[in-house]
Amino acid sequence: MRNQLATELLFSLSQPGRRGALYPAADVPVKPLEELIPKSALATEPTGLPEVTESDVIRHFVNLSTLNMCVDTHFYPLGSCTMKYNPKRHERLASLPGIVDLHPYQNPSDLQGMFELLYETQEMLAEISGLPAVSLQPAAGAQGEFTALLTAKAYFEDRGEKRTKVLFPNSAHGTNPASAAIAGFDCVQLASSKAGLVDLEDLKAHLDDQTAVFMVTNPNTLGLFEKDIKQIAQMVHDAGGLVYIDGANMNAILGITRPGDFGGDMMHYNVHKTFTGPHGAGGPGSGPIAVRDFLAEFLPGPVIKRNETASADEDRYVLEMPAKSIGRVRTFYGNIGILVRGYLYLRTLGAKGLKAVSENAVLNANYLKAILKDVLPVPNGDLCMHEFVASASKIKSQNGITAMDIAKRLLDFGFHAPTVYFPLVVPEAIMVEPTETESKETLDAFAEALRTILKEDPAFLHLAPHSTNICRPDEVVAARNPILQCCEPQ
Amino acid sequence: MPYLFNTPEQQQEMLQAIGVDSLEALFATIPAELRLNRPLDIPPALTEMELQAHVSQLAAKNVGPGSRVCMLGGGAYDHFIPAAVDEIARRGEFYTAYTPYQAEASQGSLQTFFEFQSLICQLTGMDVSNASLYEGGTSVSEAAFMAMRVTNRHDRVVLLGSLHPEYLQIVETYLTHLNCEVVVVPCDNGCVDPADVDAAMNDQTACLVIQHPNFFGTLEEAEQLTEIAHKYGALAVVSYDPISLGILTRPGDYGADIAIAEGQSLGTPLQFGGPYLGLFSCSEKFVRKMPGRLIGQTVDRNGKRCFVLNLQAREQHIRRDKATSNICSNQGLIAIRAAVYLSLVGKQGIREVAELSCQKAHYAAEQLSQIEGIDLMFPDRAFFKEFVVSCSEGADYLLRKARQAGFDLGPELSRFEFKNGAETYRTGVLVAITEQRTREEIDRLVTALKA
Repeated sequence: MRNQLATELLFSLSQPGRRGALYPAADVPVKPLEELIPKSALATEPTGLPEVTESDVIRHFVNLSTLNMCVDTHFYPLGSCTMKYNPKRHERLASLPGIVDLHPYQNPSDLQGMFELLYETQEMLAEISGLPAVSLQPAAGAQGEFTALLTAKAYFEDRGEKRTKVLFPNSAHGTNPASAAIAGFDCVQLASSKAGLVDLEDLKAHLDDQTAVFMVTNPNTLGLFEKDIKQIAQMVHDAGGLVYIDGANMNAILGITRPGDFGGDMMHYNVHKTFTGPHGAGGPGSGPIAVRDFLAEFLPGPVIKRNETASADEDRYVLEMPAKSIGRVRTFYGNIGILVRGYLYLRTLGAKGLKAVSENAVLNANYLKAILKDVLPVPNGDLCMHEFVASASKIKSQNGITAMDIAKRLLDFGFHAPTVYFPLVVPEAIMVEPTETESKETLDAFAEALRTILKEDPAFLHLAPHSTNICRPDEVVAARNPILQCCEPQ
Repeated sequence: MPYLFNTPEQQQEMLQAIGVDSLEALFATIPAELRLNRPLDIPPALTEMELQAHVSQLAAKNVGPGSRVCMLGGGAYDHFIPAAVDEIARRGEFYTAYTPYQAEASQGSLQTFFEFQSLICQLTGMDVSNASLYEGGTSVSEAAFMAMRVTNRHDRVVLLGSLHPEYLQIVETYLTHLNCEVVVVPCDNGCVDPADVDAAMNDQTACLVIQHPNFFGTLEEAEQLTEIAHKYGALAVVSYDPISLGILTRPGDYGADIAIAEGQSLGTPLQFGGPYLGLFSCSEKFVRKMPGRLIGQTVDRNGKRCFVLNLQAREQHIRRDKATSNICSNQGLIAIRAAVYLSLVGKQGIREVAELSCQKAHYAAEQLSQIEGIDLMFPDRAFFKEFVVSCSEGADYLLRKARQAGFDLGPELSRFEFKNGAETYRTGVLVAITEQRTREEIDRLVTALKA
């Protein structure tokens, strides 16, 4: 149990004179600040930061942390998010001296171990994707999309072509159109077929000499493999466009099939999903991209190259700016801490392990789908990949229970909710991605909980959850009169 | 396989329930000609013991602050990180959770981010803060995009030439392909001349981007510059050093409309340049045009105070191509680190960290500039914790000599392209001094460089 103080705002714990961190006295001759800094630039008042002790801080944030559900404590089948187990060795090894304490502007000769690690990561990402040129820079999937689209833009401009359109199916992640928009393209949304796949007719109708890129998630957001992907890629290529693969769902196809082999020209990885980043309550992510050879010279820089002919006193690994680079998309070199964890994951699993990851992710998803099919129908597809999208619309029309009700009530049973209301093409969508790191016993227990819930009184479900410390926050009130910080502006 | 659960027997049971006879059959929807018919060509799997040995070897090939005193700056700094920061950030409840979309299962993250936003507002004097962007550089381009939306001027932005050169490059990457003119005000003496800024501005300019303290560590005429921006109806965007606000005036006090920063100094290790933390705060009147996640306070159905993701209609998962930004994953865990850091140092600690850094940096500058052949590049400029020295024997000579004595200085300015910058920058080397450096270290460096 928690007492009232446990969830008080930190600021309300503040007492004048309390300290959480002490610093030694200056060991250099101290001058009055006014002699060092013009008076006009010096603050006249201290900041409004709180005054609390270290133990206040620890108790406060530890108590808050216990209000979260997380992968370490719960089954977290959040579709599209790949909430797999986050190995503890990653935290230890990514924090080693010589890894965690390197400054980005150190001399390259002092960074050869780090460069080697990143170079090997580039190589592995190229092999897994079947796309040979890799940039580790993007901070997350969305920035990977943007970066690849700019790369494509530079490629077309270099060829003297001005192509203005980016196409994507209506099942796409919101980041796809958002990235295309800031990359300066016109967005064209395509229909999905009855089977939940790219509608080839609609694609054909929209492909023309203005088409720059077709963005597609494969497996798509319905958890289905786009079986016509080769033909789709051919159609896009025939129109002179490029195919972008949103790699959010790579967890289904590691060592099974490769974007480069099924027609993709560019893709991004979500290292925080597929290679168990972790998710960090919303980030940091890491969204490296892999592209075909002919796009390599346009990638953002710097990239890491291996100098095969380096002599003993030369650096074997060097930073290089690609010849026609689009420039920089972020400071320094990437979300290295997350890339290091990705490297550790790949080195732990190897080729066999990666394939086993996808096999078991797909097995778990299909098993859960199968044992729930009588109560939670999945409108599209027979076999799914690593996730499936069920619809609660029939349940809703029968007894008024919504996808949201089911999601909220699952929390009472000790399961994190699946993703709901995405993708937009499925009404009352419930998107379930169990991942490979869950046992059959967990999946059975989850299915049992769902069955129980669907027999409960709808009125009771509308008020769920019943066991969490809060229930159904009022988002309308929040948006109408936003309270975004706890202090009066000073 | 350390992270898989199901035994071969269980797998068989599961396949039976699905109605297929093999794992292979699960992939029937992938056309055979698209299947990879060989194992991936990647290095063999390692056990945890082998992995630790392997990574330790790689780490040993790097030379880090463990064996070298770090006086490197240029946007990433070696400030002290209290143990309590790591303790909180390593809680699985935080780092293995997802974005707090399901409020009832995420009040811990949501309240922490709400407090992070509050702490950033207290630090900067701004009205509202978002829950983080990627890092300091992309925060500049997000600010520029927001200024365009606010002012409805989409063709022109003005940036000071004293901005971090990588930030400038990022803005160019993000904006120039949109036919937006990126004007860089010359900076040839460590600071820009406000008259040059005034000359560069016009009534079609969306924003003026100021860095204060700037890339060279020196202080700009910040208030005068924000006034110039406002004179032309443009937004004043200020990139600040969060530690400096322990002693310097806050962006909210000298007219910033948007205040952004690289937040790495607030409790995040250097880790070779990322993940870091983009801080983004602004005036309340622009809140609906902001990029990134915002956490808001509300009440639940029983009237209890709680926190939710707020104003999501600005974001990509709702608004798609009309969103204020494409950002989805942000830097959540790094924002948690910053919240814990700011809570720990508090009102008095932030002042002490800033003052110690400032005093020690001035001592170092004074001592270094007394060495024959070494001069401060901008001796008349006021600075906070970082300054540029030039060496008559060249930057490489200085860096090499310092390295041999066990010190890393830099970055050397010749690493960067300075548009409109003086040729003399090429001999310059940045030196950054945090509260962690000691008089003994500084004296030892000076002795070595004199030799």
